[in-house]
Amino acid sequence: MSVFCSLRQAIEDAVHDGDTVAMEGFTHLIPFAAAHEVIRQRRSDLTLVRMTPDLIYDQMIGAGCAAKLVFSWGGNPGVGSLHRLRDAVEHGWPRPIDLEEYSHAAMANAYDAGAANLPFAAFRGSPGDLARVNPNYRQVVCPFTGDTLTAVPAMRADVAIVHAQRADRAGNVLLEGIIGVQKEAVLSAARSVVTVEEVVDTFDGAPPNACILPHWAIGAIAVVPGGAFPSYAYGYYQRNNAFYLAWDEISRDRATFTAWVDEHIKQAGPEAFARRVSRVA
Amino acid sequence: MTVAAARCVSSNDVCFVGIGLPSAACNLARLTHAPEITLIYESGTIGARPTVLPLSIGDGELCETALTTVSVPEFFRYWLQSGRITIGFLGAAQIDRFANINTTVVGDYRQPKVRLPGGGGAPEMAARCQRIFIVMPQTRRAFVERLDFLTSVGHGEGGTSRERLGMTPIGPAKVITDLCVMEPDPRTRELTVTSLHPGITRDQVIAATGWPVQFAAELVETLAPSEAELAVLRRLRLDTENAHKPKEPA
Repeated sequence: MSVFCSLRQAIEDAVHDGDTVAMEGFTHLIPFAAAHEVIRQRRSDLTLVRMTPDLIYDQMIGAGCAAKLVFSWGGNPGVGSLHRLRDAVEHGWPRPIDLEEYSHAAMANAYDAGAANLPFAAFRGSPGDLARVNPNYRQVVCPFTGDTLTAVPAMRADVAIVHAQRADRAGNVLLEGIIGVQKEAVLSAARSVVTVEEVVDTFDGAPPNACILPHWAIGAIAVVPGGAFPSYAYGYYQRNNAFYLAWDEISRDRATFTAWVDEHIKQAGPEAFARRVSRVA
Repeated sequence: MTVAAARCVSSNDVCFVGIGLPSAACNLARLTHAPEITLIYESGTIGARPTVLPLSIGDGELCETALTTVSVPEFFRYWLQSGRITIGFLGAAQIDRFANINTTVVGDYRQPKVRLPGGGGAPEMAARCQRIFIVMPQTRRAFVERLDFLTSVGHGEGGTSRERLGMTPIGPAKVITDLCVMEPDPRTRELTVTSLHPGITRDQVIAATGWPVQFAAELVETLAPSEAELAVLRRLRLDTENAHKPKEPA
């Protein structure tokens, strides 16, 4: 049953040191405000799960929150490397990080299996050397056709965190646009936190096939306008491509990165996100 | 390179598009000879018709112009795995003579020299698109005897590898570089140079390839880009650059 609360309260209750945390949003609706709250609360030893770690996990890894990263594509989309991820992998800064690496199809199937309460996912394709470095890649033989399929375990995070356009007063949540794996992430996790742009009275008038998570399937909801910045919220504000380009410089150097985290995360709060998007709307 | 890649697709194709050169090539095709081509980005946007090139595979522009947008699991299961996508474009840091590619790591996986983004959509794309075109600049560091990491299987160990691995039969059909076009030998599946770009010599290709590269018996010259193609490409790049500039000083 969903509960409205502050972002601080939601993260305090749902995210604990050592948890496996899946923060999803496929280039769109990325829950940056929630990630910053996790950094402010100095959560550590987290296993961070996300198909595209993006800037959000680059920030969390650089801030020292992560012991392990489960992922399928670790770059700054259209720009280049995630420098904090690379520094952690290549030099162990600020701490060494374990990698559990998949392809997109493997992770999408794993979330889907988790949401469907299956123990594993099976799909077609050869994993190449990923199977050599990730023992979770196995093979199964179809009992009907004899086809050999690739198998990975279902994804089941302790907590899933997503950003959505809106909640209604009953605590149902609506997402639209590129919906990625958010629904699967929430339904496969033990707990969930959803940040939203706004609360509306009802979803009356929404298309009958709209992507709505019922209030009884989610945990906490925090209202954080602009909470997906510098990614975007379809219908609210656009992706700030200039920030993604700027991040390449900010994140390249440890000192510049640390100063940025101090100013824009540690000395700021969730309310700062509304100002950030209003500047670019 | 971009123009040569654009010419590989037609209006009947359903194309899995990655960011960067593939996106430029597919949109160039859409704006010139292939107006009805279906472009699909792995964010689940089916039939996207962007006016500028997106910076990421999930830019709002893609969703706003798409016929429909599906979830990422649906995209990979119903649309890619099913074999409905006719063409996929891939790039890579390293490629070998059987068009297997590495986008994961240079050096050792645990102690990397350079950690690259990883597989993303590429491994299953290489396995399940009907045909694959690989587009990348040709250098000896990229065209290697042995990959540091096998991210996406192209023709495997050659011959009937794809069949044995349960992959779509054709797979990598062309490798388009800044020097030439390579195609797999029909039997061995080893990449063979079939077309040299204007002004490029065999020796230049040999010098930029890390294995003893084979040339087709009937080697042709790649048709030079037309003024019309270049004009559309320049316009697309200019519009894209302007669109991604900061709206105000940071």
